[in-house]
Amino acid sequence: MNPELASPSSSSDRRISVLARHLAGVEMDSKNDSISAFPTSGSDNNSVFSHVVRGPEDPILGVTVAYNKDPSPVKLNLGVGAYRTEEGKPLVLNVVRKAELLLVNDRSRVKEYLPITGLAEFNKLSAKLMFGANCPAIQENRVTTVQCLSGTGSLRVGAEFLAKHYLQRTIYIPQPTWGNHPKIFTLAGLSVKTYRYYDPATRGLNFQGLVEDLSSASSGAIVLLHACAHNPTGVDPTFQQWEQIRKLMRSKGLMPFFDSAYQGFASGNLDADAQPVRMFVADGGELLLAQSYAKNMGLYGERIGALSIVCKTADVAARVESQLKLVIRPMYSNPPIHGASIVAAILKNRDLYNEWTIELKAMADRIISMRQKLFEALRARGTPGDWSHIVKQIGMFTFTGLNSKQVSFMTKEYHIYMTSDGRISMAGLSSKTVPHLADAIHAAVKQVV
Amino acid sequence: MWKCFSTRTSRCFSTSASNRTLKWWDRVAPAPKDPITSVTEAFLADTSPTKINLGVGAYRDDEGKPVVLQCVKEAEAKIAGCDFLESVSSAVSSKLVEESVKLVYGKNSDIIKEGRFAGVQALSGTGACRLFAEFQRRFYPESQIYMTDPTWSNHHNIWRDALVPERTFHYYHPDSKGLDFSALLDDVKNAPDGSFFLLHPCAHNPTGVDPTEEQWREISYLFKVKNHFPFFDMAYQGFASGDLDRDARSIQIFVEDGNVIGCAQSFAKNMGLYGHRVGCLNVLCNDAKQAVAIKSQLQQIARAMYSSPPIHGILLVSGILSDPNMKALWVKEVKAMANRIQSLRTTLRKSLEQLSSPLNWEHITNQVGMFCFSGLTPEQVDRLLREFHIYMTLDGRMSMAGVTTGNVSYLANAIHEVTKFG
Repeated sequence: MNPELASPSSSSDRRISVLARHLAGVEMDSKNDSISAFPTSGSDNNSVFSHVVRGPEDPILGVTVAYNKDPSPVKLNLGVGAYRTEEGKPLVLNVVRKAELLLVNDRSRVKEYLPITGLAEFNKLSAKLMFGANCPAIQENRVTTVQCLSGTGSLRVGAEFLAKHYLQRTIYIPQPTWGNHPKIFTLAGLSVKTYRYYDPATRGLNFQGLVEDLSSASSGAIVLLHACAHNPTGVDPTFQQWEQIRKLMRSKGLMPFFDSAYQGFASGNLDADAQPVRMFVADGGELLLAQSYAKNMGLYGERIGALSIVCKTADVAARVESQLKLVIRPMYSNPPIHGASIVAAILKNRDLYNEWTIELKAMADRIISMRQKLFEALRARGTPGDWSHIVKQIGMFTFTGLNSKQVSFMTKEYHIYMTSDGRISMAGLSSKTVPHLADAIHAAVKQVV
Repeated sequence: MWKCFSTRTSRCFSTSASNRTLKWWDRVAPAPKDPITSVTEAFLADTSPTKINLGVGAYRDDEGKPVVLQCVKEAEAKIAGCDFLESVSSAVSSKLVEESVKLVYGKNSDIIKEGRFAGVQALSGTGACRLFAEFQRRFYPESQIYMTDPTWSNHHNIWRDALVPERTFHYYHPDSKGLDFSALLDDVKNAPDGSFFLLHPCAHNPTGVDPTEEQWREISYLFKVKNHFPFFDMAYQGFASGDLDRDARSIQIFVEDGNVIGCAQSFAKNMGLYGHRVGCLNVLCNDAKQAVAIKSQLQQIARAMYSSPPIHGILLVSGILSDPNMKALWVKEVKAMANRIQSLRTTLRKSLEQLSSPLNWEHITNQVGMFCFSGLTPEQVDRLLREFHIYMTLDGRMSMAGVTTGNVSYLANAIHEVTKFG
């Protein structure tokens, strides 16, 4: 017996002798060599995970980490797409506070497990919000909606389902796209390809490139589409362009997978922002949709979203739903109750719903006015270049066109925190901080190439 | 392709789209129902006034109603309508992990003082197990996981979906309805050195059969000799003995012996936060530096699955655990829940014995935690459902939390009816 493992107390002696009985026949001496050769073995207290290296910081969340460490009083966080007020503070919507007080004061509420597919009422209301209350697909029971953990969770569950049940395992994502997209799809078992999207020359849509790439995609491949307010570029197709995309995709049997994280933030109007998705539903075809309430209801931390799959028939939708449950159960069993309860409370109550649309429009309007202010500030400084994309781009982000060297410069000299691809979150700006940002951009453009 | 569209444009789209897409979904078979959640579904659909749900392991009071703990109500009143700044939430998240880990290792543990653990919040117990399974696969792609025979049905799904093959090891002895200890030790001994094992530290699900402290010491010692990796899934801390510290003793024995472990914790049952999905995963490390590395990897896995866990439950748990008064209240409430279950175990067993049941029902009070592995056959379980509207999983597992003073006689009579002829 290995002397290291023995201890002087009599209970240990007892254990050793019992153990010795069980280990009779095991040749301890020869085993010692093979034990130490085994990867999980080692000296006392040596972790089997000693070889684990530190993973790289998430590029987006890492910006906030760096920002938090900076002691400068003029620092500005334009990294993660989380809405901030004019005072630079996070915002809990009034309508959310009201809903939460309703919930906490309701003595009949319990905290039992939701079904695997989540809160049924929430699911129905979410589908209506995106597809429209009178959507035939909903009335015909052709839509299955399951509550998931915000946009990320909805994308992951949808992707896992596709990897298991869809005959094509390739997904095309726009170039560029949200940094987490390729990781989600790859880990779900899909193979990721890209299609051209952003044109750096015009700072707008490379429509021709998009059409060419989707035309040459293999039949039946999955295509990720940002429903509105493209992240990170803020560049959206026009309605005419959406119609052409739709026709092309249907002709090739390409499967649309919509990621809707900003419904209401693009134009300020929820129905208008839902148009591209509704166009695809109206033609009778199938699609997947990931919805998030992180931004438009300010429920970031509650992780509330929904995955909808529009199917050809009600029977298919029922079978698909049963399979979605098999993806979810081994992942986290069932989704969290709190966020779903808040959203359902707001969506089902006409007054709360109307209040929400007003608060949402106010957020969208504030962002639009920041765009205008930044554009004017750069014009006033005579900053070289065409900055009209700042007011043309849509949603929370501006893809400035600044390169990573310029971004580093702005971080170092002006304490501006943003992702290295030049994306800034307009929601992080205020009238007070626009001049500082304009100064930083101006300096970067003039001094760094 | 474009030529087709000149005359019958829209019909042509949907026809070609429908022809192409219809066949894509033909192969989607209806999925089998989850053996546990489907019991609750069936129960909810039943209109019988005498129905009893002994399916899912969710606590009920003596009226058979779900319970929101008093400490939770107080915590919720505090946070309702408050501002939660996102920067606060990351501090709160760390607080949750710190407080959770204290429940596992003891509040004065050196492990905590020295930061020798990687801890992340997780989506309750399921989420914590899945994160670990994915992590295990990432860093030990050839490894397997040994699970008790039987174990919670979802354990199989979790490791399978993480692409880690499973093996079973002996645990439950159907004849004694207790622990098959010597077979268990044999299996642990015969497994290749350095194998990964999934252990229930207390209140085993589904059997309610736990090793004694002495038996745990022997198992731990053998693990150390074999350099196995023990992963503990602790879903019922407080429900086995009524005492939170005592229920974590098995884990502490392993740690004292120098085993390097991982642990999944759930607050679903012991804080009644089922629907909030609050839990914690921690992995012991060599040092604080390694803890940072492992934590970063776990966070990366979570980021591609759901980004971050829901804040509300985290606020509740960390609020309760970091306030000494609220924590004391919680400890009392856990004990009360465990006591109620214990007393109904006694009542049920006595009732069956008073009915002169030919069978031995000692296991009802020998087994601990939320479940009783009754020994009923699938046919008997089916009869209980059809004739008496009593719901449990087909393996005969009864959630004792669903038993009340109001329904225990009915339950005893029903069990007697289906078993009196052996």
